[in-house]
Amino acid sequence: MPFVPHTEDEVRQMLDVIGVATPDDLFADITPEMRPRSFNLPHGQSEMEVCGRLEALAAANRTDVVSFLGAGFYNHHIPKAVDAVTSRSEFYTAYTPYQPECSQGTLQAIFEFQTAVARLMDMPCANASVYDGGTALFESVMMAVRQTRRHKIVVDESVNPIWRRMLATHTRHLPVELVTVPQCVGRSDFAALKSALDDACAAVVVQNPNFFGAIEDYTELFAHAKARKALSILAVYPVMQAVLKTPGEMGADIAVADGQALGMPLSFGGPYLGIMTCRKELIRQFPGRIAGRTTDVDGKTGYVLTLQAREQHIRRAKATSNICSNQALCALRSLVYMALLGPQGLTRVAELGMERARYAVERLTALPGVSLLHDAPYGNETALRLPLPAAEVVERLAERGYVAGFPAGRYYSGMDDVLLLACTEKNTREQIGMLAEMVGGLL
Amino acid sequence: MKTLFAQSVPGRTGCLPPKPEHAAADMLPAGLLRKSAPRLPELSELDVVRHFTNLSRQNYGVDGNFYPLGSCTMKYNAKFAEYVASLPGFCNLHPLMAQLRGTSQMTQGALECIWEMERLLCEISGMDAYTLQPMAGAHGEFTGATLIAAYHRDKGNNKTKIICPDSAHGTNPASATLAGFEVVNIASRDGIIDPEALEAALSEDVAALMMTCPNTLGLFETHLPRIVEKLRRVDALLYYDGANMNAILGKMRVGDVGFDVVHWNLHKTLGTPHGGGGPGAGPVGVCSRLEPFLPVGRVARQADGNFYLDYDHPKSIGYIAPFYGNFGIMLRAYAYVLRLGGEGLTRVAEHAVLNANYLKKLVEHFLVVPFGRICAHEFVSSAPEGLRALDIAKGLLDRGYHAPTIYFPLIVKECLMAEPTETESKQTLDAYAAALEEIVKQGLSDPRSLHDAPHTTPVRRLDETAAARNMVLTEDM
Repeated sequence: MPFVPHTEDEVRQMLDVIGVATPDDLFADITPEMRPRSFNLPHGQSEMEVCGRLEALAAANRTDVVSFLGAGFYNHHIPKAVDAVTSRSEFYTAYTPYQPECSQGTLQAIFEFQTAVARLMDMPCANASVYDGGTALFESVMMAVRQTRRHKIVVDESVNPIWRRMLATHTRHLPVELVTVPQCVGRSDFAALKSALDDACAAVVVQNPNFFGAIEDYTELFAHAKARKALSILAVYPVMQAVLKTPGEMGADIAVADGQALGMPLSFGGPYLGIMTCRKELIRQFPGRIAGRTTDVDGKTGYVLTLQAREQHIRRAKATSNICSNQALCALRSLVYMALLGPQGLTRVAELGMERARYAVERLTALPGVSLLHDAPYGNETALRLPLPAAEVVERLAERGYVAGFPAGRYYSGMDDVLLLACTEKNTREQIGMLAEMVGGLL
Repeated sequence: MKTLFAQSVPGRTGCLPPKPEHAAADMLPAGLLRKSAPRLPELSELDVVRHFTNLSRQNYGVDGNFYPLGSCTMKYNAKFAEYVASLPGFCNLHPLMAQLRGTSQMTQGALECIWEMERLLCEISGMDAYTLQPMAGAHGEFTGATLIAAYHRDKGNNKTKIICPDSAHGTNPASATLAGFEVVNIASRDGIIDPEALEAALSEDVAALMMTCPNTLGLFETHLPRIVEKLRRVDALLYYDGANMNAILGKMRVGDVGFDVVHWNLHKTLGTPHGGGGPGAGPVGVCSRLEPFLPVGRVARQADGNFYLDYDHPKSIGYIAPFYGNFGIMLRAYAYVLRLGGEGLTRVAEHAVLNANYLKKLVEHFLVVPFGRICAHEFVSSAPEGLRALDIAKGLLDRGYHAPTIYFPLIVKECLMAEPTETESKQTLDAYAAALEEIVKQGLSDPRSLHDAPHTTPVRRLDETAAARNMVLTEDM
């Protein structure tokens, strides 16, 4: 039997020590009426057979496509050293660092992760990460509700609709009122956001670049929120953050991101990580784990999990959140990724995506009836209006091994002709040229 | 060790992508750009690899050390499962492809994995349907509590409370609160739920009882049938916290004995790595009454055998995760279940419980074991009079063992909670018990010597009070 070491002889000896006759005698509390009515599972298989089965299932997916699909989740090159470092089993077979003396590797890595994302977002504080970007957004909203003791949250409709749906599910039974301000042709409607931001608001939630790729400066909106004693929550795409005006510079109180793009494979939806950063005044509202630097009895520098009085294992029903993990291994991956690329490398990744997206826009808008949805500056992703349904374009090009992008009509009514198109450093000019030719062929 | 940032050398580069033709400043208005580049470390690839290799050496992990951490199920993480999750056909798959006409065809293998895994979990636990969306155990609890709320609301029940026993994990009350419930705590008697205390707490406004069975004391809840009956009388549901699922595989199916909702911790029971604190995965199973409320999209199968994502469930609670859960973790667990099969899973429970009871016998003459009866996959003990659980834990670190869980559950004084798991050998348990006995003897004869432990770890006892007071959470604070 795999992964259980005892020989029959050893089992016998151990049962004798315990003083029972058979292993099943250890389950006497589970009475006959409580035993399984069925347990109709397949027989175990050898490692070779299981690997073969999974290899066949993996092969039933098509990953040799040329893809322009993003919508918040991007296909970046991941340096091989990221896998090499994070596959060290001292990292991945460790538990939560509750015994800090034998967990300094994990703890220092969390501390360094906090430093790296705080610097990237230009915010003073960061936690050890949460499940994903949507969870980070939800937890930020709850921080704002607790801090302001208000319940109304103004959400820009151009925030990723996947995260807005998660936000709705997670706040459903809580005293939180979500007010969604409609986007305006793919951009934030600043006048409407401002008028929704009244003295009852806990926070305003916006995203930069937004779901349609539009890049805005939210400084004035955040000042407006501050004047009403509401908090400003900004979701960002961490790779573009290498070059964009920072949440800190705009005056955000809380800045969050999904960290997938920083070294996580797409992996059909996870695991990813949620990055959370905030102003120092909000630190005690943070959910989840936080590492802090301290010293040991000999005065040597070391790291511990800190501010645990916020957490569920101490505060139980009154905790800031029910979260009792972080995405430690994903946070480590993102830290290694950022360290390998450095400021220059990450800037290049952002710039490569941007210049490829510009080339794609140039080629595609040269086609009859194709135009940019909005006139805002954009990064590596933007939205195009097409003369035919975007879902149809995606379907037709899929036959030829191209994933043309994301049809915005999937989440926005009245946008069936809008295609979100993302580029990363992996998309070549040749591929972009071919995409434009194929789309042209459909018109 | 110096941090990455302290090692940074301005101008040094590691893994540089090709040089772009245009700088950001040529492509965006100046007002939208950050004033200076983010101060990430500037290092060579070797600098980075060496730093993290050396950091990793400061960790204990299951591969190097016995980790008897109670309630955490630190079993061996099989290497073939890591391989399976790294297959490019899974890794490089964009989740949104499954939602679009034309590209959903390209994700059939991944959808089939989810479909199969849901069915395997149904059969193992006796439930009717599953969602794999929850991204951790606590997230599964929140999902379960939200499903309970949706069920009662749909029925027109006005239910406001969830009952948690005092032995529950802290996440139970925290998750119930997050789903909008008021939490009622009930005291245990003889380490298990007291049916009278439950009766006293029960009323028409109770939505559910959250139960861990066997509980965090390693004791089976022997009043379970009576508890189920009491809950049914007030139309309250029974929630199974799957933290201790390792103890019942093949021996009891939670659906058969009256549980309505269950979450798993794949990183505990089904052998996926803990990763230093995550990512985990927390699938939730329900009985048929609750199925209409499961999160969307749900993997469904057409008559022609093709899989697709079904979002047409009007009573669904909505999106719990951005996509289909921590797919990479689910894959490892799926491969593990296929590898073990039904007999293998049953053997897991038998040997996990065997190891716990064997270890309990080995330590009961020098630790205080408050519950003498046969335990499940874990057991609690107290440090003997005059010794602190913390000191014993630190003594173990010096001998290369991770410590058991200490000071939990809260209702046991100077608690040491040990869970050896099924993958540890008799030799490991014998050696561990001998080391533990030596530490207790040392502590009783010379208590000071234990206060100073550990000595051999990369750092010694750390000042946690100073850490909370000074709040140095980044290099810049």
